[in-house]
Amino acid sequence: MVWVESAPRAWREGTRRYRLIGGKCPSCGGLVYPHRQVCPYCGREGLEAVALPRRGRVVTYAVVRNPPRGFEGREPYVIAVVELEGGARVLAQLTDVRPEDVRVGMEVEAVFRRYREQSPSGVIEYGVKFRPAI
Amino acid sequence: MAGRVYIVGAGATKVGEHWDRSLRELAVEALLSAVKDAGIDKRDVEALYVGNMMSGMLQGQEHLGALVATWAGIPGAAACKIEAACGSGGVAVHQAYLAVASGLYDCVAVVGVEKMTDALPSDASAALATAEDQEYVVFTGATFVSLNALLYRLYLDRYGVKQEKVAAFPVHCHKMAVNNPYAQFRRAVTLEEVMASPLVADPLRLLECAPIGDGAAALILCSERYLKRNPRDELVEVAGTAVATDVLSAHERRDPLAVAALRRAVEAATRRAGVEVADIDVLEVHDAFSILGVLSLEARGEGWRLVEEGQLEPGGKIPTNTMGGLKARGHPVGATGVYQVFDLVVQLRGEAGANQVEGAELGMAQNFGGVASTVAVNVLRRAR
Repeated sequence: MVWVESAPRAWREGTRRYRLIGGKCPSCGGLVYPHRQVCPYCGREGLEAVALPRRGRVVTYAVVRNPPRGFEGREPYVIAVVELEGGARVLAQLTDVRPEDVRVGMEVEAVFRRYREQSPSGVIEYGVKFRPAI
Repeated sequence: MAGRVYIVGAGATKVGEHWDRSLRELAVEALLSAVKDAGIDKRDVEALYVGNMMSGMLQGQEHLGALVATWAGIPGAAACKIEAACGSGGVAVHQAYLAVASGLYDCVAVVGVEKMTDALPSDASAALATAEDQEYVVFTGATFVSLNALLYRLYLDRYGVKQEKVAAFPVHCHKMAVNNPYAQFRRAVTLEEVMASPLVADPLRLLECAPIGDGAAALILCSERYLKRNPRDELVEVAGTAVATDVLSAHERRDPLAVAALRRAVEAATRRAGVEVADIDVLEVHDAFSILGVLSLEARGEGWRLVEEGQLEPGGKIPTNTMGGLKARGHPVGATGVYQVFDLVVQLRGEAGANQVEGAELGMAQNFGGVASTVAVNVLRRAR
């Protein structure tokens, strides 16, 4: 559910969400998703924008059985923390896999998928989900 | 040098589904009950901090400072709402302490209040999720429960602990709440019941999650100067207080299981109080989910083992959540940090009845906002 429908908000995030644009810290080497101006670990300003690798491993996952508004009827679905090659961590849904087949350590790859509609007549938001690596 | 700060009054409503009472009515009931307990004139209250998270979303009502001051009959007080997600109450106590310790005010009130049952559970759930990053975390369909489930699986996986060991935490809390007249659930549950309850977000089961509820708790804090003019026998001092934050989303932290903000806040609060963690006689931890209760104890040993050995009970090594904790006393989100301090005041005054920790002198309340993204720690000392 979005509290306030907003087309600009969805538009603004598009590139970072679709292309997995992360930030690399020139000081501490920290790699974060998404890209931002300031390193959350050391405070260094001016992170370099980098397209992150699209493959990684599942670090941990949970199965959502009581979905929030906007995701009703899609349960059960899996959200996971994926550690990409290089070390950046992304939180995303897994797709093309049954919840009972998900394992910690499983290799996954990014795919472009639909996430939610802001309302029945509102903007449709897309982003990256991960599926078992082929 | 900060002046000394005392808690001279404490009041609360029972936590529960208060269909017949509004947010403001709950807040006023708790506040007036704290004023009465303090035996002061409410017009002495110079400032009011209202700890609350979700009134803007669930009631469409902000500006709780002026609203509560008006309905409590203390318009004129310097009043505002303090918001730090589920840590709002603990942070409100911290802010009230600062207001008195600074010397600016002599008598300050804190009220924590949340009214969750006005909304459908799905809306309350969406409101809880605003504690997290909307653009990159909640966007994915992650619920607040599922974010804690991520941590839970990581813990079970890393330490090779069986879920039953962690799921024993709510069993302890329910046992304690039986004797607490303010508790939402005054009944015991068995480990079998917890493990047989429905999955909400695997591996978290329903009876491992704090319930939705309404409630308000309030405190009156005052300076030494005020106390001289209005003496009372049973006294509790806010000996130390601290707030710390961590990287907002747990998955972005170097080690999501480290609970770094808790360590930081505990270290600062105990240093300010001039005590050691081992000196704490009674502890309140933020067990919104079983796993958070267990992780909160890791500084004192393996959390699940302390539960198993009965060390959290009033006679144990580290009596914890002796009035039921978030799981069974209840978790009206923005009120919780104030309820924790209220429960400690009850213990330190020796008014905890069957759950009394004998000779309790020092108490600590640990209140989390988000997945321990904000942690407020308040250390209380019995004083006479």
